[in-house]
Amino acid sequence: METFWFCVIALLWLGYLFLEGFDFGVGMLLPVLGRDETERRVLINTIGPVWDGNEVWLLVAGGATFAAFPGWYASLFSSAYLPLVLFLLALIGRGVAFEYRGKVDSARWRRVWDAVIFVGSWVATLGVGLVLTANVFGLPLDANGDRVGSPFAAVTLESLLGALAIAGYALVHGAVFLSLKTEGEVRERARAVALRIAPFALLPLVVLLLLVQLRFGTVWTYAAAIGVALAAFGALARLALRREGQAFALMGVAVACAVVALFGALYPNVLPSTLDPAYSLTVENAASSPYTLTVMTWVAAFGTPAVLVYQGWTYWVFRKRIGTRHIPQVHVPQ
Amino acid sequence: MDVLDLARWQFGITTVYHFLMVPLTIGLSLLVAGMQTAWVRTGDRKYYAMTKFWGKLLLINFAMGVVTGIVQEFQFGMTWSAYSRFVGDVFGAPLAMEGLVAFFVESTFLGLWIFGWDRLPKKVHLACAWAFSTATMASAYFILAANSWMQHPVGVELVDGRPRLTSIWAVLGNNTVLAAFPHTIFGAFAVAGAFLVGIAAWHLWKRSDDGPVWRSSVKLGTWVGVVAFTGLLISGDFQGKLMFEQQPMKMAAAEALCHTEEPAAFSVFAVGDVSRPDCESVKSITVPALLSFLAHNDFSSQVKGIQDLVPEYQAKYGTNYPVDERLGELSGKPIDYVPLLPVTYWGFRLMIGFGAIAAGVGLLVLWLIRGGRVPTGRWFRLLALGSIATPFLGNSFGWVFTEMGRQPFVVVPNPTGVDGVWMFTARAVSNSTPGEVLTSLIALTLVYGVLACVEVFLVRRYVRGGVAGVLPDHNKTERKDDDVLSFAY
Repeated sequence: METFWFCVIALLWLGYLFLEGFDFGVGMLLPVLGRDETERRVLINTIGPVWDGNEVWLLVAGGATFAAFPGWYASLFSSAYLPLVLFLLALIGRGVAFEYRGKVDSARWRRVWDAVIFVGSWVATLGVGLVLTANVFGLPLDANGDRVGSPFAAVTLESLLGALAIAGYALVHGAVFLSLKTEGEVRERARAVALRIAPFALLPLVVLLLLVQLRFGTVWTYAAAIGVALAAFGALARLALRREGQAFALMGVAVACAVVALFGALYPNVLPSTLDPAYSLTVENAASSPYTLTVMTWVAAFGTPAVLVYQGWTYWVFRKRIGTRHIPQVHVPQ
Repeated sequence: MDVLDLARWQFGITTVYHFLMVPLTIGLSLLVAGMQTAWVRTGDRKYYAMTKFWGKLLLINFAMGVVTGIVQEFQFGMTWSAYSRFVGDVFGAPLAMEGLVAFFVESTFLGLWIFGWDRLPKKVHLACAWAFSTATMASAYFILAANSWMQHPVGVELVDGRPRLTSIWAVLGNNTVLAAFPHTIFGAFAVAGAFLVGIAAWHLWKRSDDGPVWRSSVKLGTWVGVVAFTGLLISGDFQGKLMFEQQPMKMAAAEALCHTEEPAAFSVFAVGDVSRPDCESVKSITVPALLSFLAHNDFSSQVKGIQDLVPEYQAKYGTNYPVDERLGELSGKPIDYVPLLPVTYWGFRLMIGFGAIAAGVGLLVLWLIRGGRVPTGRWFRLLALGSIATPFLGNSFGWVFTEMGRQPFVVVPNPTGVDGVWMFTARAVSNSTPGEVLTSLIALTLVYGVLACVEVFLVRRYVRGGVAGVLPDHNKTERKDDDVLSFAY
């Protein structure tokens, strides 16, 4: 049962990285791909109806960790305190910026919020990568699960590499998504950018996975890591042939393999201690009681399919590509 | 300041701030869904304008509610990790349910509602409004179930010094949440009602176009406000009776009742320093025997006072904190079981007082605009706008009273529950450094402050813009192309 919930949490992270990954990417590419105001609005509106629903995957991943592995939730969140604060501030800014950006018709007003979206998307993505990688490589935890050492214990060379890895992935994923969701010049530009930056942007992810495998690897996590490389390569090959839908799906396969490789390397730990392996939090010692896990399983069994159905429907409703010709005039109170 | 004080300030600030957005969102989203239903059924343009106008104000507010809510969820693990470890088996479940069952629905269908005008069939679009507004209520229920468990832990056994969940139904059906939920929802409607009355009355006073829109909004707001206030009194009375039973110290503190009385009088207003433990300097205006009635539905029953409760608490939960370096300055010190009396006493009165003012102003406005009249005085404008703040204040004081009134406990002992399922607040905090918590406290407070200014600026702008500001401009020759999105950021 504990292992099942470990898989559920990995799955929630997968959902989060795949979905919010592309809307982070769109924010990171906002000034690069949006040359004028209308183009920037095209970019933002590709994720407008869905970004909020994507973000809930993070909240549910956090809530599920609290419910299923309170020890993990408590130790990780209190140990990576400052990186998480920065991450939260980025999410706050980004969230209100989407909603508020178009509420006043002024170039200066929009410039400020565009900057918030851009910086917020970068900081948040780097933050997710940093905390996730620090979790895989471990934190200096004592017997009680409390951090020993400086508030920056979560910031290591490995976790910085992980930050770049997730940011690089989100960047390419966002560009592929945009070439799937837009039309005209923006689409061409997004495709060109994806193809041009991919070798550099995906490099940290490859290095990170190699590092994780060397440190903790087993046969099947090796297989997953190879899967990441194959899927990413396939995605770019399909993109080059203008098969954007297939490219986007293959990016999804790549992140799924990456999550398998990272969480597979972590198991049966949920949060290793770098001080003493005896202090590591495992699926056994950090888990809630069997009863709580049973309750949560019932909730997830009914909740998850429903979420997939109605979120899928949202993507279906807003499936059309959008371009500059679709953008309505600004109409706000003067 | 040590980590405990900083963490408490941070939790207080972020929670009260978050709870300025939440009640407006809950109340307004249901009212907007109702307005849209009226439009779909009657086809009356007035209801369409109302849906669009109040819907826009809802969205400005919703964004803030969402982003400040994320901080709330993360904060348990970040600053209260010892608490999270202690209660995780129980407390995490309703929190995760909120995400999986309610918040996913809320955010997904809100996105569909915002962008779905003209794209979805009218009735499907309306269903989206109902989906997200109902989900906001469900959200509130799960969060309140989690909070109520801290006020009155049920459905658990004690295993290895930690509470272990034995019945999720006991947690979700806790009588404390059954009382707190209606009270909170009525509080949300009081906020939404006053919001409608204040803004619409201001437009009437300004003689803005679309008079019927504002007149209907005032009427709707008033009735919602009056019903909400009645509901608040009934649910509050019910909640109070539970509290006398579950948290006698909190209610004694709410009354600054020093000595046990039989029958006990209700203090309406006190002059003097209520925090003096001997009560000698306090002159209180009282209603005889009312407190007995409020506590036990009986005008002659006994209500226990603070000075008699303290020894009971000391006997059950100890006179001194244990000697433990993690308790910092409090290690080995005597435990103060009396909450901050000025905060609880005045918090309780201000909660009720501001709620009553909101309902009263609504009725007054309704009478002033009877039969198509439009008041012209400046005072009317100030009255209408000023009254918007009152239920917000009432809600905030209510929460401050509830949460401060349970100190020094974060998980309050359940008098009829399992022994040992309780936790001192001082025990609950993470072992962070003061610098970390101070950094986040300052950063969050600053960002929240800036966002408050932005939100007030935007709300003002959209309020002034009236209906014209949110409906498509028909005077301009707009491209009526099927390809143009009906709404885009």
